[in-house]
Amino acid sequence: MMSRCLGNAFIAVVVAFLAAPLVVVAGVSVNEKRQLAFPPEGLSLRWYGELLAAGDWLNALYNSLLVATTSGVLALSMALPLAYFIWRYRVRYARALFTLGIAPFMLPPVITALGLLSFWVTIGMYGKLPATIVSHAIFFVTLPLVTISLGLESIDSEVIEAAQSMGADSRSVFTTIVLPMVRPYMISGYAFAFVLSLNEYIIAYMVAGFTVETLPIKIFNSLRYGYTPVMASVAVLFVFIAIAVFGLIARFGNLPKLLGAWAPRDA
Amino acid sequence: MTRPVPRGLGQHLVVIYPALMLGVFFIVPFAIMLAVSFFHRVQGGFYEPGFELDNYARFFSAFFARVLGFSVLVAGLAALVSVIVCFPFTYLVTRLGRRWQVVLLVYILAVLSLSEVIIGFSWSTLLSRTAGISNLLVWLGLMDAPAAWSPGLTALLLGLCYLGFPYTVLILYPPLSRLDPQLPEAARMLGASPLRTFFTVVVPAMRSTILGALIMVFVFTLGAYLLPQVLGRPQHWTLSVLITDQAIFQSNLPFAAAMAIFLMLVSLALVGLTMMLGSREALR
Repeated sequence: MMSRCLGNAFIAVVVAFLAAPLVVVAGVSVNEKRQLAFPPEGLSLRWYGELLAAGDWLNALYNSLLVATTSGVLALSMALPLAYFIWRYRVRYARALFTLGIAPFMLPPVITALGLLSFWVTIGMYGKLPATIVSHAIFFVTLPLVTISLGLESIDSEVIEAAQSMGADSRSVFTTIVLPMVRPYMISGYAFAFVLSLNEYIIAYMVAGFTVETLPIKIFNSLRYGYTPVMASVAVLFVFIAIAVFGLIARFGNLPKLLGAWAPRDA
Repeated sequence: MTRPVPRGLGQHLVVIYPALMLGVFFIVPFAIMLAVSFFHRVQGGFYEPGFELDNYARFFSAFFARVLGFSVLVAGLAALVSVIVCFPFTYLVTRLGRRWQVVLLVYILAVLSLSEVIIGFSWSTLLSRTAGISNLLVWLGLMDAPAAWSPGLTALLLGLCYLGFPYTVLILYPPLSRLDPQLPEAARMLGASPLRTFFTVVVPAMRSTILGALIMVFVFTLGAYLLPQVLGRPQHWTLSVLITDQAIFQSNLPFAAAMAIFLMLVSLALVGLTMMLGSREALR
């Protein structure tokens, strides 16, 4: 009994450590004055309003949302056929293809960022919006690839065999069985890619940091010139978006399984 | 299900598009970067094609050695602290009921997805003189006057640990949640205390998982590029910062590329080592 209390106390300490900077930022974001002060002096939501009213912040918000939604779709469009092919057919180079899809995410991001920078400079697309979108799609293709592969693994092979023995061809097996069953995994893969793309800095910065300003780039640029509470409100907004998205995945999907837990105990 | 070998163009068709995309936008950029790392830098301009080892020769300078040594040191320390704290944390989380597990996982994912910019900004605020934690200590009477603890080495290490924690939890979560619950239960039945069970049964059973996690978190924190700039002083810049700085502000793409290739080889070797550890574990 006592050990359980100790265990829970340890969990609480780690959770508190992870919460500490966020609490301060949330406090600072509702500060009435422009100066950095904690605990906040007065209570005001004007900095959240400024995020939507100030042209440059709104523009960065727009860029971020545009890049995150489109690059997620592009990543999904690559991940689905790749995962399906690896799952459906017996090919020797499948492992190599899968590793290729995982690689961008395993290496320090600055490496991928520099590779993409040299690429876009070479073909003359440096600093253009499509460069940011495609770069994010390549960098985050790992996430839908992993979740869709998990989904395909969970399809009962007897269902496929039954359909085939009743005369269904690959196309109708795909549209009537495979696609409906992996759809939740596609959605969660997209959601992961979306949230991480919103927060990504180094690739967006290296590829088009001076022309396509996303919110993380905007925060870092303003940080150099000093403090404005709008940064804090952006940070709080991002935390809420992340909690909402992952909360929804957990609500409608099996989060422990998505994160690799074996046969989750149902309770 | 029998998995056929794909035949003809028709069945290969699905894989052509993703393979082409990854080839053009991932392999080709790496090839270009590799080529650029041997190119000749033109002062004040960009670079011109050539083949020289000058960019790699610069690795043998005291400055580069110091940056590399410092990067390895801080990333190693952050990885060590992350694993020491997160291994028991994750173990305890996997023993919780499903509902609490899910709540904590959502929380961990939310922190993991936070931009390094936001983490840096939040910690610099938390450690600042005007809005930081030292104000709380003054209020409690533990300190005389608020102090600025950022930028500095401690601030950088705290930030890197903050970056590493959620990542470590997600790496350790699958193996720990698959750990046979009968193993610790048997130890408990034989009369071992929970703490003793943890250290004499759980930790030894997970030895290669722990080593693998250490390496993965090390590679992850080695990739931090913003925290050293926001929370550290210029002498605390790591290899990743140096690469960005050379590429963007010094316009020395060849040298940046050479350093990135070096960092990639080190990371690949380490990740490969981790995968070998993992497959050995699976064989047993």
